[in-house]
Amino acid sequence: MTDSKYFTTTKKGEIFELKAELNSDKKEKKKEAVKKVIASMTVGKDVSALFPDVVNCMQTDNLELKKLVYLYLMNYAKSQPDMAIMAVNTFVKDCEDPNPLIRALAVRTMGCIRVDKITEYLCEPLRKCLKDEDPYVRKTAAVCVAKLHDINAQLVEDQGFLDTLKDLISDSNPMVVANAVAALSEIAESHPNSNLLDLNPQTINKLLTALNECTEWGQIFILDCLANYTPRDDRESQSICERVTPRLSHANSAVVLSAVKVLMKFMEMLPKDLDYYGTLLKKLAPPLVTLLSAEPELQYVALRNINLIVQRRPEILKHEMKVFFVKYNDPIYVKLEKLDIMIRLASQANIAQVLAELKEYATEVDVDFVRKAVRAIGRCAIKVEQSAERCVSTLLDLIQTKVNYVVQEAIVVIKDIFRKYPNKYESVIATLCENLDSLDEPEARAAMIWIVGEYAERIDNADELLESFLEGFHDESTQVQLQLLTAIVKLFLKKPTETQELVQQVLSLATQDSDNPDLRDRGYIYWRLLSTDPVAAKEVVLAEKPLISEETDLIEPTLLEELICHIGTLASVYHKPPSAFVEGSRGVQHKRLPGSAGSGESVESPDVASAPGVSEAPPAVIPSQGDLLGDLLNLDLTPPTTTGPPPPSSGMQMGAMDLLGGGLDSLLGGDLGGSPAMGGGFGAAPAAMPASFTAPVSGGLDDLFDLGGGVGMPMGAYSPPKTVWLPAMKAKGLEISGTFARRSGVVQMEMTLTNKAMSVMTDFAIQFNRNSFGLAPAGPLQVLTPLSPNQSIEVTLPLNTVGPVMKMEPLNNLQVAVKNNIDVFYFSCQYPISMLFAEDGKMERQVFLATWKDIPNENESQFQIKDCHLNSDAASNKLQGSNIFTIAKRTVEGQDMLYQSMKLSNGIWLLAELRVQAGNPNYTVSLKCRAPEVSQCVFQSYEAVLKN
Amino acid sequence: MSASAIFVLDLKGKVLICRNYKGDVDMAEIDHFMSLLMQHEEEGLICPVMAHGNVHFMWIKHSNLYLVATTNKNSNASLVYSFLYKLVEVFTEYFKELEEESIQDNFVVVYELLDELMDFGFPQTTDSKILQEYITQEGAKLEVAKTKVPTTVTNAVSWRSEGIKYKKNEVFIDVIESINVLVRLPCGLIDHCVLFIQVNANGSVMSSDIVGSIKLKTMLSGMPELRLGLNDRVLFALTGRDKGKTVVMEDVKFHQCVRLSRFESDRTISFIPPDGESELMSYRINTHVKPLIWIESVIEKFSHSRVEIMVKAKGQFKKQSVANNVEVRVPVPSDADSPKFKTSTGHAKYVPEKNLVVWTIKSFPGGKEFLMRAHFGLPSVENDEAEGKPPITVKFEIPYFTVSGIQVRYMKIIEKSGYQALPWVRYITQSGDYQLRTNV
Repeated sequence: MTDSKYFTTTKKGEIFELKAELNSDKKEKKKEAVKKVIASMTVGKDVSALFPDVVNCMQTDNLELKKLVYLYLMNYAKSQPDMAIMAVNTFVKDCEDPNPLIRALAVRTMGCIRVDKITEYLCEPLRKCLKDEDPYVRKTAAVCVAKLHDINAQLVEDQGFLDTLKDLISDSNPMVVANAVAALSEIAESHPNSNLLDLNPQTINKLLTALNECTEWGQIFILDCLANYTPRDDRESQSICERVTPRLSHANSAVVLSAVKVLMKFMEMLPKDLDYYGTLLKKLAPPLVTLLSAEPELQYVALRNINLIVQRRPEILKHEMKVFFVKYNDPIYVKLEKLDIMIRLASQANIAQVLAELKEYATEVDVDFVRKAVRAIGRCAIKVEQSAERCVSTLLDLIQTKVNYVVQEAIVVIKDIFRKYPNKYESVIATLCENLDSLDEPEARAAMIWIVGEYAERIDNADELLESFLEGFHDESTQVQLQLLTAIVKLFLKKPTETQELVQQVLSLATQDSDNPDLRDRGYIYWRLLSTDPVAAKEVVLAEKPLISEETDLIEPTLLEELICHIGTLASVYHKPPSAFVEGSRGVQHKRLPGSAGSGESVESPDVASAPGVSEAPPAVIPSQGDLLGDLLNLDLTPPTTTGPPPPSSGMQMGAMDLLGGGLDSLLGGDLGGSPAMGGGFGAAPAAMPASFTAPVSGGLDDLFDLGGGVGMPMGAYSPPKTVWLPAMKAKGLEISGTFARRSGVVQMEMTLTNKAMSVMTDFAIQFNRNSFGLAPAGPLQVLTPLSPNQSIEVTLPLNTVGPVMKMEPLNNLQVAVKNNIDVFYFSCQYPISMLFAEDGKMERQVFLATWKDIPNENESQFQIKDCHLNSDAASNKLQGSNIFTIAKRTVEGQDMLYQSMKLSNGIWLLAELRVQAGNPNYTVSLKCRAPEVSQCVFQSYEAVLKN
Repeated sequence: MSASAIFVLDLKGKVLICRNYKGDVDMAEIDHFMSLLMQHEEEGLICPVMAHGNVHFMWIKHSNLYLVATTNKNSNASLVYSFLYKLVEVFTEYFKELEEESIQDNFVVVYELLDELMDFGFPQTTDSKILQEYITQEGAKLEVAKTKVPTTVTNAVSWRSEGIKYKKNEVFIDVIESINVLVRLPCGLIDHCVLFIQVNANGSVMSSDIVGSIKLKTMLSGMPELRLGLNDRVLFALTGRDKGKTVVMEDVKFHQCVRLSRFESDRTISFIPPDGESELMSYRINTHVKPLIWIESVIEKFSHSRVEIMVKAKGQFKKQSVANNVEVRVPVPSDADSPKFKTSTGHAKYVPEKNLVVWTIKSFPGGKEFLMRAHFGLPSVENDEAEGKPPITVKFEIPYFTVSGIQVRYMKIIEKSGYQALPWVRYITQSGDYQLRTNV
């Protein structure tokens, strides 16, 4: 007989029937009834009405029945909080049962009942269980502390359970140690500043000892915890590594990956010339390779991590190319990841093999896989110069297959190959041109257009080819439109005589008939450039392009370091920092690798610049399309290796512009002189412009930075109204209310002290706890006269920012102690972070641009400010009063974008983009900062300043 | 840290059973799982991790079930997948087969197991042999007094109970080596006038390795200490001995009973074995292996009319050895029909649902060569759906022989009662991932 029979009763009076059975005297009948209840619960029926009846069955000596009742309780206690109290007694009793299984069961279930009311009744039983003689009960109780902390953190702290938990790290039983570590890590993760896991060499030693003896899961808890530790010096680092390496031979892949995480992190501290360092590198490869024979999902996690490891330490797997060859029956997600790693490992030594494989893959059937394989061939050409020729001929073979998506991918990569090896493979252009018609994807079309424009002088019918694209100009995607515009301008500069009409056509299409601001802007710039100074135009448009980098899609080094600290976790699978996908983790410290070998000094340096471990300059990355202020040098498909400032725009001042300048004549030859069409064409441009620019017409670049004189005089820094920080009740009659202000560059704490007690108060003094920005009183608290009952006094305390620093949660939290003749009182308050914005926080425009591009997009955060009824100028004015400086303003379709910068007292720069849509009271703020944890506070300040 | 909740779903995405461990993810989120999966499938980008808002699903599929873990934290993904596979293992040991019916038939035990296997997202005891000591399917028969926590659960030796007794103390050791090879066969598409075919046999081996596994069946009383000696080259180099053939193991993985730090320091494999069957260790050897069964194939496709297949299999191992249950699986176009076969030995069969010809040879002596010819008709209207190029795969088993030459030199068994115990050793070599790519 199986349990499935319990699912079959679905009659009408079922609940009623069950009720009767639950209250039956017969044990067997009771148990059958509870099983039916659980079965109903399992299929999603609501059986909460039976709560009292089921709970009545709780007192039983039948373990199976008890388990079922407990299961029921866990599910329904939350919906019946009042009745859940009925269960408390039994829990308390069960926690003292002679059978450890029952004690553990009770303590385990207790923690799962997330009802606030009953938690305090559970403290006593929990306390006993934490000290239970049976390790099975202790290990269960350890986890229960984490559960309780999740429901009521304060209670757990007050009851001293955290200390008991810490003591369990020294427990004699390894399972207990493992669970205590897991519980502490869990609590520490949700309370990053709790300092719970203050790992010191002694605890580390205990953990390493337990590591040898506990279950596979316990080993993972311990290894993950170890990964958070920073050894004092390279010797300690080495000794931990030595004790962790045996884990690489564990059969469980998760144990292996967690061990790899610890080793990858601690290796940073080892001197590279140390023999052990080389040994360790050698030891890492075999286990990583073996992970590829695990189940496909585990393989996937392993491959995503290997991708990171290969970027950080390519030497580990450089001889292991073959194991990444794709197998026919690999799932697609495994195939794509293997391919990615193959490209990263490709080198002169193995390129022949790699190419043979890639060619094989390119004839498979799975479209995504094939595309990636074709692209990979192109990457190989760029990465390994010796192979370029073979790669190009392979690509040409593939183009001959005429398989549509293969051809398109091939053209996209060939364009990059042209960039990398100029004047070498252009002979293939003819073949490419044959396939023009089959290109239907924007990226491929854009690539082809780029090629035609770039090599216009070698392609006889370049003008015809480009003209054919022009017919459907408005149906093309932006990418293709921009490329077409640039290509035709190039063509014109190379063959001016035959292509005037074409260039005018495309310029008017781009500037007059298009709604796309980027396209229009670029159109105008070319137009003016051509009309003012064609020689300069030639220099700009046909400038020599910087070389493209060899590596693709490299992860930005700081992010890579952070991800290495998260090996094995979701972050490492997504290749995103946890803050990007875990709610409420914005304030959490980003993990980073410890400093490099031999430095011996503290590694806690909060320096935002790259850690000492990465001494090499970060390699340039080929970024995705659509960088912020798109680049005008027609390099948008393969942007430059350096983010240089925009070209000088001296010749572009409208006033001085000679619309039909002699320069153009010289380019076009004498016969152009009075050509009405030409003159008309170029002359028309400025007339059309004012309509689309809000600011007075100025150079195309300038409009990005236009301040338009909108910013008036600053209005003084925003200071929030005073609030009560310390109520009289809590401070024996002393009430303190206060606020913060920044006056002429000095942060001030402005307080009102009121004596609500019966006696006189004297001898005031003040102290701050360490805080995130090192705020400290710049002088003593000046309360000169004694404060008599019912008297108030206003005090201003100037502050400086040179005090001791400790990160607070929230960041702008300040803990203050005030002393008087009666006692010492403590309170905490939060200061608006705008108090810390320095007066010299206005960034140079070009620095702003470069910095904005330089800060990775992961660090960007967006906020909405609702119901703000200022126009953009007023907003900018107001913000400037609080040292938030507007550097540039740009208007696009009625939306004003303000680019702003500010600088914190500790030198951290913040960049912002504020979008204001006329008539829409909701603003959007995008913040970019190298220390993204401040974003939340800054946003609050924005809101406060704007709404005040 | 790991999972917030675990779900078992049927193929339609209906929740069969679930357990909420942490309560920080809404249990209703699972309703998005199926539509997400379908969406990914449509895009051809299936992925073991999927996100809906800030909820992440990590899932595996087993027979007609999905096992899904949800989380909203930066969980340890490898731990979650290991745990899900462990669930499958434990449920399978409990119910023989893990499928929709067995979950429904045993929901009470499933709940009990879910409660015991994981607590607040932390995996706990997952050794099914130990679990079976205190979570049984005949719960009703249990007396309270009988259900005590087996000390094993929290012992340092968490995989073996005390007080095991056998009349005859024996341990069986199976050394099983699987050969993985990836071969690229030379172009097999031959001009159709060739009658007698002599294809050059130098197809190239792209990659090959050996995955070995040492399995134990332990029938020993008490708490025996075991030491296993292999002809491991590192060990021999360490001890300075140098006799006979040794083997270099690239990477070794051990059952949790083996003292890893001991192995790390002096290469000694010492352990207290779990009772009954278990995999003691696995190893990988990265050498160039000569494919034990070599295949040459000529596949001629005459569009709109027929396909002719000729496959030659050759045993490239010692004459004294015999490969058993050899299966050569040759892919054929999906629209092929009316099969005809001719074999020099064994038996060929068409498996239309897999688009394969399976040629079975019960016993294949070393050094011999066999031939199979197959003929298929093709429809005159061509199937224009692109088809992949599946490889030819081979399955076989060769007893009394290991490719790597690994040997068990000794197995020392010491128990405090001092009984004599016998170790028995068996060697088998079999095919692992044995693929031969054709160019057709």
